[in-house]
Amino acid sequence: MSRIATCFAQLKQQNKKALIPFFTAGDPAPALTVPMMHAMVAAGADIIELGVPFSDPMADGPTIQRSSERALANHVGLKDILAMVKQFRQDNSATPVVLMGYANPIEAMGYEKFATQAQAAGVDGVLTVDYPPEECTAFLECLTKHDLDPIFLLAPTSVNARVAAVARAARGFVYYVSLKGVTGSANLDLTAVQARLAELRQQISLPLGVGFGIRDGAMAKAMSQFADAVVIGSRIVQEIENASPETVVARVESLVKSIRTAMDS
Amino acid sequence: MQVYDLPDARGYFGPYGGVFVAETLMQALEELKLAYEHFRFDPEFQAEYTNDLKHYVGRASPVYFAKRWSEQLGGARIYLKREDLNHTGAHKINNTIGQALLAKRMGKKRVIAETGAGQHGVASATVAARMGMECVVYMGSEDVKRQSPNVFRMKMLGATVVPVESGSKTLKDALNEAMRDWVTNVDSTFYIIGTVAGPHPYPMMVRDFQSVIGHEAMAQMPALTGRQPDAIIACVGGGSNAMGIFYPYLGLEEVRLIGVEAAGLGLASGKHAAPLNAGTPGVLHGNRTYLMQDENGQIIETHSISAGLDYPGVGPEHAWLKDSGRAEYVAVTDQEALEAFHDLCRFEGIIPALESSHALAYAAKIAPSMQRDQILLVNLSGRGDKDINTVASLSGISL
Repeated sequence: MSRIATCFAQLKQQNKKALIPFFTAGDPAPALTVPMMHAMVAAGADIIELGVPFSDPMADGPTIQRSSERALANHVGLKDILAMVKQFRQDNSATPVVLMGYANPIEAMGYEKFATQAQAAGVDGVLTVDYPPEECTAFLECLTKHDLDPIFLLAPTSVNARVAAVARAARGFVYYVSLKGVTGSANLDLTAVQARLAELRQQISLPLGVGFGIRDGAMAKAMSQFADAVVIGSRIVQEIENASPETVVARVESLVKSIRTAMDS
Repeated sequence: MQVYDLPDARGYFGPYGGVFVAETLMQALEELKLAYEHFRFDPEFQAEYTNDLKHYVGRASPVYFAKRWSEQLGGARIYLKREDLNHTGAHKINNTIGQALLAKRMGKKRVIAETGAGQHGVASATVAARMGMECVVYMGSEDVKRQSPNVFRMKMLGATVVPVESGSKTLKDALNEAMRDWVTNVDSTFYIIGTVAGPHPYPMMVRDFQSVIGHEAMAQMPALTGRQPDAIIACVGGGSNAMGIFYPYLGLEEVRLIGVEAAGLGLASGKHAAPLNAGTPGVLHGNRTYLMQDENGQIIETHSISAGLDYPGVGPEHAWLKDSGRAEYVAVTDQEALEAFHDLCRFEGIIPALESSHALAYAAKIAPSMQRDQILLVNLSGRGDKDINTVASLSGISL
């Protein structure tokens, strides 16, 4: 069983929901990425979603765009990020790591090379925002061959045929984008998300995570009533943006801890 | 007379094209594809489109023999397809009229657009004003500065111009921002993409609307010169004016098709916008195509004197035409384009857009080595009034 499947199985036994914090690798500094990952796990994160920065992050709002720009200013590329995951794995063999980013850095490295090196580094899942299932058949074969779970997004605009396409291609979990908009938007409608998740479960047997627009413990708690996982991105990235390099890891740890506490209360 | 039936059903031209977008937009693109497939062969839609092109845009645009300039250069005779004479001053309106008619039939009340030089923004604001639609135009803040006359025109036409401060603050960032708007307002909004790039069906749809240029030229050239030209030359940023004039000619193998990219300060300098000449394939803005990128797959900043060519990608059909060898892609520098700009002003009394000046510059390069009975057709895609500030400041003059 993959690390992601194991993680969800264990949480189910404990009657808990997964907390998935996101941040961009290399932000604010490459040397802080691995300590940040460990701190998140210590604070109660179940899965780490590690952003791969891209120069043109079309689906992201200004907070994560700026985070990408900071990481790129630090010259962090996909190769460096795989090395960071490898380093993280030296002290943590249990917590799943999902890379989230855009297609072109993977295209530039090549599918086979990426999948081989990601598996060797200890990556568990790959979410590529601009690879809908229709456009990544060859890439999916590579991921499957190397035991990497392809994670896909579903949106409020996804009709049944699209949900079915994602259900066929996805492994690990499915990430439901809880609003029409970019990351970090604020107009989240809980009732609508709840109703939609119930519909999605008719077609999808994998765990369902929810993200985009979840900003605090109370909202995470509310979401975790009907989702299997809660993804928090822009709020964490905002914390990183506002902290000094000396305090950033501690501040993120305490933020993740407060969300964990709210979710488990 | 088409030699191929591309793109395929999934939007591919060989390995290029496709639909590489976030899930939120997939259904909207599917709906657009279905609507376009329906209306592209609908006689009523076509009649309205053709009527608008005639009475609102002023088509057909003439083909003009640049006699004095040709004689000055010596060699081939140079003809100009005068897209600069269209309403709003460039070829961009051919496409915005088509897409706005589609938007109206799809029940959309709000249109958005990205723009580099501002020509597509003006053309979008124009059709939105005429149809009573809300219009928001995204424009890199660098381009807002260098194309201020067009910014003011858009505002007069009732559009909201949003300066984009992220990334390189040029056309690619405007496109990112327009995509973000579309993701957020996908139900109410029609995104009018201005070039033959973006996710399927845009490259096909924009090409089809622009191919009126090539269809007209095909009828005009024999009437004027007794035959088709030896070569057609057009500038390529995203590539819509080039695709529009090339497409009807693809089956006429004896006509050379030459796309001219922006070599900026020179291809060797790295400061250019010539992905077909010096880039590699990748995925950006919804399609697979040639891109300017670094070894990590990050898009690198481009440079061109012309805002409309300052783009790190290119339409996927051009990528396919390059690989297949049907079209050739060359590049000319800022300096060469400027010289052609001034020459056309002085010898023909025509102020060309800096974008189109790249195509003119390449014609000036090859004409002297050609015979006097040979014919070059240059797509003069736009007029240069919008560029007078740029050209003046390069000459040390402040307007």
